[in-house]
Amino acid sequence: MGAWFTRHMQTLVGALGRLSQHKLATLLTTLVIGIALALPACLHLLIANAQIATNNFDRAVDLSVFFKRPTAVEAVDRVAERLKQRRDVASIEIITAEEALKEFRRESGFGAALDALTDNPLPHALIVHPKGDYATAVHLEELAKDIRALPSVELVQLDTAWVNRLQAILEAIRRAIVLAAGLLALGVMAVVGNTIRLDIQNRRQEIEVTKLVGGSNAFVRRPFLYTGVWYGIGGALIAWLLTGIVVAVLREPVGKIAGLYGSGFQIQGLGLDPTLILLGAGIVLGWLGSFIAASRHLREIEPS
Amino acid sequence: MIRFDHIFKRYPNGREALSDLSLELAGGEMAFLTGHSGAGKSSLLKLIALIERPTRGQLIVNGQNVNGVPRSKVPAFRRQIGVVFQDHKLLHDRTIFDNVALPLIIAGVGGKEIAKRVRAALDQVGLLGREQSQPLELSTGEQQRVGIARAVVSKPAILIADEPTGNLDPDLSVEVMNIFRRFNEVGVTVLIASHDVLLLNRFPVRRVHLEGGRIVPSSDSQPVATPRTTPPAADSRAAADAWLAANPREGSGPRTPRESRLLDPGKFLGQEGDA
Repeated sequence: MGAWFTRHMQTLVGALGRLSQHKLATLLTTLVIGIALALPACLHLLIANAQIATNNFDRAVDLSVFFKRPTAVEAVDRVAERLKQRRDVASIEIITAEEALKEFRRESGFGAALDALTDNPLPHALIVHPKGDYATAVHLEELAKDIRALPSVELVQLDTAWVNRLQAILEAIRRAIVLAAGLLALGVMAVVGNTIRLDIQNRRQEIEVTKLVGGSNAFVRRPFLYTGVWYGIGGALIAWLLTGIVVAVLREPVGKIAGLYGSGFQIQGLGLDPTLILLGAGIVLGWLGSFIAASRHLREIEPS
Repeated sequence: MIRFDHIFKRYPNGREALSDLSLELAGGEMAFLTGHSGAGKSSLLKLIALIERPTRGQLIVNGQNVNGVPRSKVPAFRRQIGVVFQDHKLLHDRTIFDNVALPLIIAGVGGKEIAKRVRAALDQVGLLGREQSQPLELSTGEQQRVGIARAVVSKPAILIADEPTGNLDPDLSVEVMNIFRRFNEVGVTVLIASHDVLLLNRFPVRRVHLEGGRIVPSSDSQPVATPRTTPPAADSRAAADAWLAANPREGSGPRTPRESRLLDPGKFLGQEGDA
């Protein structure tokens, strides 16, 4: 077991040493893998940041409920109490007609014109904040329908169109990422596999000799698998660096845009989990690519 | 140890390399395989190392019928056999140590044990102290000795060699043959293919003469069999002594302990146990 472990570590380090003997070729191969891995990583960042940027979106989908005139304030209170009991409602603000008029007078600048009115033309209103879990288009429509059914309610305003659109766009991008990631993963495996294939051709004599003195296919394959793993690790590191550069370059302009919209949004880099996934994807793809190539081509090399 | 029973070997191109060949080598026996090139010597050795498989007939090597060895078990099968090649087949990007250690690494032997056994094997072929050299820094004769060290380092029961002296001058050839003799003296079954009749005449060893893929009676007058228990003939011993005297190693003690160790199978390659 100890010898076995030592042997694997030596093979692992030996593979790295061999790669470092051909620095330029190794760098170019690793760069190709890195770029292929960086593309889905960057698309992931786009989605993740879009979600963070729209995180206040459950606040943006509040429902505005306007009551028929005349409705007594007590009746409005009763409706508010009943709605609060619902499990999909987080909280409710009551805006009475008087408060609404005061606010309107203050904000609109039509103070003098309003003074001319003998009667308050504004209805009582409620602002219903749905719970975060229920801030989906389907749930909101249901909630709005229930409130509309109340006899004292005149109008329920709910703008779910933009929510639907945003969700549709994010979903489409997410699918595109999965597709792109799949294709790029195939690309990474092809790059690693082809590199390993050339490596096997160059080391034909060594492979023959090893098989002659009793090396099994698995033994002969091992250094190539570790070489593939190193390519994967190197590619993942380059991809991580590339996404870091992208985030660093975009941080200031995106912050500026967010500032113009009155948001404190800051673009986020890859977190720990996505970084580990990136590294794991690199290792698995490098291993798989070299495994396929080595299994195919090593079998053909037999001593004669 | 090795038994050919009506073996035929026909290559895909239709050439029949061996036809109806029967041959038995006892454990601990040493034999020369002679014949012109194309007589089937290499094919015979390739069958033993399972580089090729017989077309027909039974071949038993070390108690195993080669026909029953599946492809996946070929590597394990080959580990019982040491093979020496005319062109050494050393790996030129590795040190002598790493070249000799390769069979042990494959067998999964531990690091300390590897160092010990590699040094013992290099000592056997007179190359102790050259572990860190590269193969191309060595002479052809030395490279061939490295090849032998690699073949014996895992203590195989069978040692086969295909024209091991093909590229060597007469003096070096005698050296190499003496090394093979010494391994035979400690119980290894040795089969050497060579067409160098002048060289072989210096060693009183069983001859197997091949012609056109068949065994034919040897044309020269050498004795047919020499069991390993028979002491080496005087001229062989003299040649070995001459070689040992001409190749003193630093730190090597007096002749007697070396000789006795070489002749004691229990201490073969510094190991206890089987050989």
